[in-house]
Amino acid sequence: MSYVRYIDKTREYYLSEGYDNPYKWAHFDDVPFAELKKPLSECCLTLVSTSDVAIRSEDDDKDPTHNFLVGSVYSIPSDTNVADLYSRQEHYDKYATNLDDVNSYFPITRLQELVAAGKLKSLAARFHGVYTNYSQRRTLEVDAPEVLKRCREDKVDIALFTPV
Amino acid sequence: MSLVARHLEANGIPTVMFGCARDIIENCGVARFVFSDFPLGNPCGEPFNADMQLKIVSMALDLLETAKEPRTTVQTPFKWPSGDAWKDKVFTKEQPFVEGEAYDRWMEGKATYKKLKAEGKV
Repeated sequence: MSYVRYIDKTREYYLSEGYDNPYKWAHFDDVPFAELKKPLSECCLTLVSTSDVAIRSEDDDKDPTHNFLVGSVYSIPSDTNVADLYSRQEHYDKYATNLDDVNSYFPITRLQELVAAGKLKSLAARFHGVYTNYSQRRTLEVDAPEVLKRCREDKVDIALFTPV
Repeated sequence: MSLVARHLEANGIPTVMFGCARDIIENCGVARFVFSDFPLGNPCGEPFNADMQLKIVSMALDLLETAKEPRTTVQTPFKWPSGDAWKDKVFTKEQPFVEGEAYDRWMEGKATYKKLKAEGKV
Protein backbone atom coordinates (compact mmCIF):
# COMPACT_ATOMS: atom_id res chain seq x y z
CA MET A 1 0.00 0.00 0.00
CA SER A 2 1.33 3.43 -0.92
CA TYR A 3 2.14 6.10 1.64
CA VAL A 4 -0.54 8.44 2.98
CA ARG A 5 -1.02 11.77 1.19
CA TYR A 6 -1.56 14.01 4.20
CA ILE A 7 -1.91 17.22 2.23
CA ASP A 8 -4.84 15.79 0.23
CA LYS A 9 -6.32 13.95 3.21
CA THR A 10 -6.36 16.98 5.47
CA ARG A 11 -7.76 19.25 2.75
CA GLU A 12 -10.61 16.79 2.09
CA TYR A 13 -11.27 16.29 5.79
CA TYR A 14 -11.50 19.98 6.63
CA LEU A 15 -13.59 20.72 3.54
CA SER A 16 -16.05 18.08 4.76
CA GLU A 17 -16.05 19.83 8.14
CA GLY A 18 -16.94 23.14 6.51
CA TYR A 19 -13.48 24.76 6.49
CA ASP A 20 -12.97 25.97 2.93
CA ASN A 21 -9.69 27.83 3.41
CA PRO A 22 -7.11 25.05 3.35
CA TYR A 23 -3.71 25.43 5.01
CA LYS A 24 -1.02 26.45 2.55
CA TRP A 25 1.84 24.03 3.08
CA ALA A 26 5.30 25.44 2.56
CA HIS A 27 6.65 24.81 -0.93
CA PHE A 28 9.97 25.75 -2.52
CA ASP A 29 11.55 25.02 -5.88
CA ASP A 30 15.09 25.50 -4.60
CA VAL A 31 16.53 23.46 -1.75
CA PRO A 32 19.76 24.49 0.00
CA PHE A 33 22.38 21.77 0.45
CA ALA A 34 25.45 21.82 2.69
CA GLU A 35 28.05 19.12 2.14
CA LEU A 36 29.51 17.10 4.99
CA LYS A 37 32.99 18.55 5.42
CA LYS A 38 34.62 15.99 7.72
CA PRO A 39 34.21 12.38 8.82
CA LEU A 40 31.24 11.63 11.07
CA SER A 41 33.65 10.44 13.75
CA GLU A 42 34.89 14.03 14.00
CA CYS A 43 31.41 15.60 14.03
CA CYS A 44 29.42 17.19 16.83
CA LEU A 45 25.69 16.46 16.37
CA THR A 46 22.51 18.11 17.57
CA LEU A 47 18.88 17.07 17.44
CA VAL A 48 15.96 19.40 16.65
CA SER A 49 12.38 18.26 17.15
CA THR A 50 8.75 19.34 17.10
CA SER A 51 7.77 16.41 19.29
CA ASP A 52 7.03 18.78 22.18
CA VAL A 53 9.45 16.83 24.34
CA ALA A 54 9.90 18.18 27.86
CA ILE A 55 11.73 17.45 31.09
CA ARG A 56 9.50 16.02 33.79
CA SER A 57 8.83 18.50 36.53
CA GLU A 58 6.51 18.41 39.50
CA ASP A 59 5.44 21.91 38.65
CA ASP A 60 4.73 22.61 34.97
CA ASP A 61 5.25 26.33 35.50
CA LYS A 62 8.83 25.60 36.44
CA ASP A 63 9.63 23.54 33.38
CA PRO A 64 13.42 24.14 33.23
CA THR A 65 13.41 24.16 29.43
CA HIS A 66 11.38 27.36 29.45
CA ASN A 67 14.02 29.47 31.17
CA PHE A 68 15.63 30.27 27.85
CA LEU A 69 12.64 30.21 25.52
CA VAL A 70 13.11 32.44 22.47
CA GLY A 71 10.26 32.56 19.96
CA SER A 72 9.15 28.92 19.85
CA VAL A 73 12.63 27.52 20.52
CA TYR A 74 13.74 25.83 23.75
CA SER A 75 16.66 23.56 24.59
CA ILE A 76 17.24 20.34 26.49
CA PRO A 77 20.68 19.20 27.75
CA SER A 78 21.79 16.29 25.58
CA ASP A 79 22.96 14.33 28.62
CA THR A 80 19.44 14.29 30.09
CA ASN A 81 18.38 10.85 31.23
CA VAL A 82 15.70 9.62 28.84
CA ALA A 83 13.56 8.58 31.81
CA ASP A 84 13.23 12.27 32.70
CA LEU A 85 11.75 13.15 29.30
CA TYR A 86 8.22 12.87 27.98
CA SER A 87 6.14 14.39 25.17
CA ARG A 88 3.12 16.67 25.49
CA GLN A 89 2.43 16.43 21.76
CA GLU A 90 -1.23 15.81 20.91
CA HIS A 91 -0.92 15.75 17.12
CA TYR A 92 0.01 12.17 16.30
CA ASP A 93 -1.91 9.08 15.26
CA LYS A 94 -3.14 7.98 18.65
CA TYR A 95 -5.27 5.23 17.12
CA ALA A 96 -2.27 3.48 15.61
CA THR A 97 0.57 4.23 18.00
CA ASN A 98 1.74 6.03 21.14
CA LEU A 99 4.50 8.38 22.31
CA ASP A 100 5.45 6.28 25.36
CA ASP A 101 9.00 5.68 24.13
CA VAL A 102 10.85 9.00 23.78
CA ASN A 103 13.49 7.34 21.62
CA SER A 104 10.94 6.64 18.91
CA TYR A 105 10.75 10.38 18.13
CA PHE A 106 13.64 11.97 20.09
CA PRO A 107 16.38 9.32 19.81
CA ILE A 108 18.59 10.62 22.60
CA THR A 109 19.68 7.18 23.88
CA ARG A 110 20.40 5.90 20.36
CA LEU A 111 22.60 8.96 19.72
CA GLN A 112 24.41 8.51 23.03
CA GLU A 113 25.07 4.90 21.96
CA LEU A 114 26.44 6.02 18.58
CA VAL A 115 28.86 8.40 20.30
CA ALA A 116 29.95 5.61 22.69
CA ALA A 117 30.55 3.38 19.65
CA GLY A 118 32.78 6.04 18.08
CA LYS A 119 30.50 6.63 15.09
CA LEU A 120 30.15 10.30 16.13
CA LYS A 121 32.61 12.49 17.99
CA SER A 122 30.12 14.09 20.35
CA LEU A 123 26.65 15.38 21.01
CA ALA A 124 26.18 19.13 21.28
CA ALA A 125 25.56 20.32 24.83
CA ARG A 126 21.98 21.17 23.86
CA PHE A 127 19.27 19.53 21.80
CA HIS A 128 16.39 21.75 20.69
CA GLY A 129 12.63 21.79 20.58
CA VAL A 130 10.53 24.03 18.36
CA TYR A 131 6.86 24.46 19.13
CA THR A 132 4.74 24.15 16.04
CA ASN A 133 3.20 27.46 15.08
CA TYR A 134 0.98 28.48 12.25
CA SER A 135 3.11 31.30 10.98
CA GLN A 136 5.71 30.23 8.43
CA ARG A 137 7.02 33.79 8.49
CA ARG A 138 7.63 33.60 12.21
CA THR A 139 9.37 30.25 11.79
CA LEU A 140 11.62 31.75 9.13
CA GLU A 141 12.31 35.07 10.85
CA VAL A 142 12.52 34.07 14.52
CA ASP A 143 12.76 30.34 15.15
CA ALA A 144 15.13 29.24 12.37
CA PRO A 145 17.74 31.95 13.14
CA GLU A 146 17.48 31.13 16.85
CA VAL A 147 18.18 27.42 16.24
CA LEU A 148 21.13 28.39 14.01
CA LYS A 149 22.48 30.72 16.71
CA ARG A 150 22.35 27.97 19.33
CA CYS A 151 23.97 25.50 16.93
CA ARG A 152 26.85 27.91 16.32
CA GLU A 153 27.28 28.57 20.03
CA ASP A 154 27.58 24.79 20.56
CA LYS A 155 29.91 24.32 17.55
CA VAL A 156 27.50 21.92 15.85
CA ASP A 157 28.67 20.19 12.66
CA ILE A 158 25.49 18.23 11.77
CA ALA A 159 21.83 18.32 12.81
CA LEU A 160 19.07 15.71 12.79
CA PHE A 161 15.41 16.77 12.66
CA THR A 162 12.40 14.85 13.98
CA PRO A 163 8.92 16.19 13.30
CA VAL A 164 6.04 14.31 14.93
CA MET B 1 10.35 21.92 10.88
CA SER B 2 11.55 21.68 7.28
CA LEU B 3 11.94 25.47 7.23
CA VAL B 4 14.40 25.35 10.12
CA ALA B 5 16.40 22.54 8.50
CA ARG B 6 16.58 24.53 5.26
CA HIS B 7 17.91 27.55 7.17
CA LEU B 8 20.72 25.47 8.71
CA GLU B 9 21.62 24.03 5.30
CA ALA B 10 21.74 27.52 3.78
CA ASN B 11 24.18 28.46 6.53
CA GLY B 12 26.52 25.51 6.04
CA ILE B 13 25.24 22.91 8.52
CA PRO B 14 24.28 19.58 6.89
CA THR B 15 20.96 18.15 8.13
CA VAL B 16 18.84 15.03 7.87
CA MET B 17 15.07 15.03 8.38
CA PHE B 18 13.28 11.94 9.71
CA GLY B 19 9.58 11.71 8.98
CA CYS B 20 6.40 9.79 8.28
CA ALA B 21 4.52 12.46 6.26
CA ARG B 22 6.44 12.07 3.01
CA ASP B 23 4.29 14.40 0.92
CA ILE B 24 4.50 17.31 3.37
CA ILE B 25 8.28 17.12 3.70
CA GLU B 26 8.94 16.62 -0.01
CA ASN B 27 6.47 19.37 -0.90
CA CYS B 28 8.55 21.79 1.16
CA GLY B 29 11.85 20.33 0.01
CA VAL B 30 14.75 19.38 2.31
CA ALA B 31 18.33 18.34 1.68
CA ARG B 32 18.16 14.77 3.05
CA PHE B 33 15.14 12.79 4.22
CA VAL B 34 14.79 9.39 5.92
CA PHE B 35 11.20 8.29 5.34
CA SER B 36 9.46 5.61 7.42
CA ASP B 37 6.02 4.49 6.27
CA PHE B 38 4.61 4.57 9.81
CA PRO B 39 1.68 6.35 11.46
CA LEU B 40 2.51 9.88 12.63
CA GLY B 41 4.36 9.83 15.92
CA ASN B 42 7.42 7.59 15.67
CA PRO B 43 9.70 8.83 12.86
CA CYS B 44 12.72 7.09 14.48
CA GLY B 45 11.17 3.63 14.81
CA GLU B 46 8.63 1.54 16.61
CA PRO B 47 8.28 2.33 20.34
CA PHE B 48 10.58 0.17 22.50
CA ASN B 49 12.26 -1.39 19.45
CA ALA B 50 15.80 -0.16 20.14
CA ASP B 51 17.29 -2.26 17.36
CA MET B 52 15.01 -0.72 14.71
CA GLN B 53 15.61 2.78 16.10
CA LEU B 54 19.38 2.34 15.93
CA LYS B 55 19.14 1.17 12.33
CA ILE B 56 16.95 4.12 11.33
CA VAL B 57 19.19 6.68 13.05
CA SER B 58 22.25 5.02 11.45
CA MET B 59 20.60 5.37 8.02
CA ALA B 60 20.46 9.13 8.61
CA LEU B 61 24.16 9.24 9.41
CA ASP B 62 24.94 7.16 6.32
CA LEU B 63 22.89 9.60 4.26
CA LEU B 64 25.10 12.47 5.43
CA GLU B 65 28.03 10.66 3.84
CA THR B 66 26.34 9.49 0.65
CA ALA B 67 23.88 12.20 -0.46
CA LYS B 68 25.29 14.26 -3.30
CA GLU B 69 22.40 16.64 -3.90
CA PRO B 70 19.32 18.08 -2.19
CA ARG B 71 15.94 16.26 -2.13
CA THR B 72 17.68 12.94 -1.47
CA THR B 73 15.06 10.66 0.11
CA VAL B 74 15.70 7.15 1.42
CA GLN B 75 12.95 4.89 2.72
CA THR B 76 13.60 2.65 5.72
CA PRO B 77 13.00 -1.08 5.03
CA PHE B 78 10.62 -1.56 7.96
CA LYS B 79 6.89 -2.22 7.87
CA TRP B 80 4.57 -1.08 10.65
CA PRO B 81 4.27 -4.23 12.81
CA SER B 82 0.47 -4.35 12.95
CA GLY B 83 0.03 -3.82 9.20
CA ASP B 84 -1.24 -0.98 7.03
CA ALA B 85 -4.88 -0.85 8.13
CA TRP B 86 -4.23 2.44 9.96
CA LYS B 87 -3.78 4.18 6.59
CA ASP B 88 -7.43 3.78 5.64
CA LYS B 89 -8.64 5.52 8.76
CA VAL B 90 -6.32 8.52 9.00
CA PHE B 91 -8.28 11.79 9.01
CA THR B 92 -11.72 10.23 8.75
CA LYS B 93 -14.80 11.05 10.79
CA GLU B 94 -14.35 7.67 12.43
CA GLN B 95 -10.87 8.65 13.58
CA PRO B 96 -10.54 12.45 13.59
CA PHE B 97 -6.93 13.46 14.07
CA VAL B 98 -7.53 15.33 17.28
CA GLU B 99 -10.73 15.51 19.30
CA GLY B 100 -12.14 16.57 22.63
CA GLU B 101 -10.00 18.93 24.70
CA ALA B 102 -7.04 18.52 22.39
CA TYR B 103 -9.22 19.74 19.50
CA ASP B 104 -10.34 22.73 21.56
CA ARG B 105 -6.73 23.65 22.35
CA TRP B 106 -5.82 23.30 18.67
CA MET B 107 -8.66 25.58 17.57
CA GLU B 108 -7.73 28.06 20.29
CA GLY B 109 -4.18 28.15 18.89
CA LYS B 110 -5.48 28.74 15.38
CA ALA B 111 -7.78 31.53 16.59
CA THR B 112 -4.91 33.20 18.46
CA TYR B 113 -2.78 33.08 15.33
CA LYS B 114 -5.56 34.57 13.21
CA LYS B 115 -6.03 37.37 15.71
CA LEU B 116 -2.30 38.14 15.92
CA LYS B 117 -2.07 38.04 12.14
CA ALA B 118 -4.99 40.47 11.81
CA GLU B 119 -3.16 42.78 14.22
CA GLY B 120 0.03 42.49 12.19
CA LYS B 121 1.92 40.89 15.07
CA VAL B 122 3.03 37.69 13.34
